[in-house]
Amino acid sequence: MINWANLVSQMFNGLVLGALLALISSGLTIIYGTLGVLNLAHGALFTLGGYAGWVVFNATGSYGLAVLGGASVVLVAGVVIERGLIRFFYDRPPEDQILVTFGLGIVIVELIRLAFGSLSRTVDTPSWASGITSLGFMIYPTYRLAIVGIVAAALLVLYVVLYRTRLGMIVRAGIEDAGMVGALGINVDRVFMAVFGIGAMAAGFAGIVNAPVAPITPDIGDDILVETFVVVVIGGVGSFPGAVLGGLIAGEILSITSMFDPAYSQVMLFAAMTIVLVARPHGLLGSQGRA
Amino acid sequence: MVTEIGGGGGVSRRAIMKRAVGVAGGLALPLGALGPAIADDAPVGTYPAGVSGSSVFIGICTPRTGTYAAQGEDEIKGYQLAIEHLNAGDDLIKKISPKTTKGVLGKEVQFGIADSQAKPNTAVEAQSNFITQNKAMLITGSVSSAVAVAINKLADREKVIYLPCISGSNDTTGKDCVRYSFRECFYAQTAAQAIAPIMVKTFGKGKKIAFLTPDYTYGHTVRQSMEDALKTQGEWTVATNQVSPLGTTDFSTYLLNVANSGADVVININFGRDAVQSVKQAQQFGILAKMKLVVPYYTPFLADQVGSDVMQGVLAATDYWWTLEDKYPLAKMFNAAFKAKYGSNPEWGANAAYMQIAMWADAVERAGTFYPPDVIKSYEKGVTVDSTVGPVHFRPEDHQLVRPVIIVQGKKTADMKGKDDFFDVLEIVDSAPLMQKPDAFGCKLGGYT
Repeated sequence: MINWANLVSQMFNGLVLGALLALISSGLTIIYGTLGVLNLAHGALFTLGGYAGWVVFNATGSYGLAVLGGASVVLVAGVVIERGLIRFFYDRPPEDQILVTFGLGIVIVELIRLAFGSLSRTVDTPSWASGITSLGFMIYPTYRLAIVGIVAAALLVLYVVLYRTRLGMIVRAGIEDAGMVGALGINVDRVFMAVFGIGAMAAGFAGIVNAPVAPITPDIGDDILVETFVVVVIGGVGSFPGAVLGGLIAGEILSITSMFDPAYSQVMLFAAMTIVLVARPHGLLGSQGRA
Repeated sequence: MVTEIGGGGGVSRRAIMKRAVGVAGGLALPLGALGPAIADDAPVGTYPAGVSGSSVFIGICTPRTGTYAAQGEDEIKGYQLAIEHLNAGDDLIKKISPKTTKGVLGKEVQFGIADSQAKPNTAVEAQSNFITQNKAMLITGSVSSAVAVAINKLADREKVIYLPCISGSNDTTGKDCVRYSFRECFYAQTAAQAIAPIMVKTFGKGKKIAFLTPDYTYGHTVRQSMEDALKTQGEWTVATNQVSPLGTTDFSTYLLNVANSGADVVININFGRDAVQSVKQAQQFGILAKMKLVVPYYTPFLADQVGSDVMQGVLAATDYWWTLEDKYPLAKMFNAAFKAKYGSNPEWGANAAYMQIAMWADAVERAGTFYPPDVIKSYEKGVTVDSTVGPVHFRPEDHQLVRPVIIVQGKKTADMKGKDDFFDVLEIVDSAPLMQKPDAFGCKLGGYT
């Protein structure tokens, strides 16, 4: 029988997971939307953020610096990767882009494994969010609640950048019609670099924010990558609001299904994706115009 | 590549080729190196092709990525140290295998390492390659019992001896036992029988259990053995059994169910990274403040990763703990050698790996040949050898090592004498009287050839 307290707590779990997926997916989706590159190294960037943050945390003991450090390292890594590798692939066929980002993901993960080994690493919960919060009918770890707030703030920042700045306007225009934006004489190169950096940073930021919940290991990005793709497909490829909505839906599907039988949670997620693809081939909030 | 091995027609052709290689090799080699077997016996498995040169090959396959990667890496360290000791004729290996001089039967030991990812099909493919391409005389390694059981079957079909390393399922030497496999480590049934009385003594009778169980042969057999032992010995009952897939990262669903179950004791059977994640998260959900944690099959490096604050007071059953060096001279030698090479104390995966290789060398040396049926018969004599946990011997009926189970309890952080001094050894339980009858789990060993 359904235990209502349990169902509500599962919905909380879904919200936390969904928020993280939303953030990671928005990074993936703006990269694809603007650059047209499907970044299969996105899961590895999530892992990189976790480890970079862990190094900072280990040195300073500060959660805040760890988040800042983790996100910055991945931002820089994103820019370097775009300039050093990805930009040479814009005119190559999608298969080449998929192969190069897939390979890059393997290289990043194996370098991390080489440097840190296979033992999992832990970042402590910050003191202001440690312990358990009683919500009356149930208890819930405080930090997990804090994640929802942290991620919401990050998404808000991303929203402001995308919808209230010139860069954002160019990015959104690029998603609609990249060729036209270039034709208007806008320096697409620099925009592309910024977008890849920001998209990567979203994954890295999520990687370190998630570290106190699930200790980090070199493989932690593997599952995330798959789920993130599903989120992007559900929400609509290239759509930022779609990534947020898709993330929340995916989080709830995964959590609520696992209440009944965890083995089916991935199955239900893919089933949901299939239904969306049949009913709305461009995703829930995707635009019709994109090729 | 897999089809190359599997084809029915290929077997006889390969056998003929091996015989040809074997005869050629036999003629070229000094007398006695191969023993009398080559003259009388048809080729078996990789024999004699695998012993035709001046070296023999061991195929090592452990998880180096994924949930069990840390334990797999630890095993590799144990294997490498053992092989190094064999080739150098180290004193420690001679204490376990007295007839050893250098190498095995005078042949240098070489090895290859592959990543199983703790997946049975990946492991089968890798070990098949070691058998066909490297003519491996021995294949070894496992952290997952699902892998151990799969390689058991491969070993029996290919007639190459296999030594599982970490494998806690009753099935490995129970219903899935094979003639060509020998297990060193403790397993579900002995773990349960050893730790249950201590749990009843510590926590009292009639307690309620919440199980955290990984969803495969290891998890289910440990859960069953623990449930049976605690029911019989202390009238304990099960409040909930939370079964999660291998490689789960978020245990919140299961932990919420545990938190609401009204259990007194959480028995966490998860292994590897799953154990670390579930214990960490159980603490975040406040479960460890309300319920006692017991780990019936201890995961190497669990304490290092969750910290002594979480582990203090926790009861666990393990195969080896480094402070046993106070009692066993061989443990002291092993720790010292391991520390000199790797800079840290060995965990139990490394110990199991080392012991498996050393006992194999002993069985081969006593047989005086690599001919697999003779090596197996040498194992099956059940000769008692000295080990890092005292005298041990193999049971001929199911190829399970009769060895003690070590019950440990987490120390308070303040009482720790060093950064890896996590446990007090509470009891060294002699498992011989506790073990099930060899056929109780349906073990039927196959033929020798």
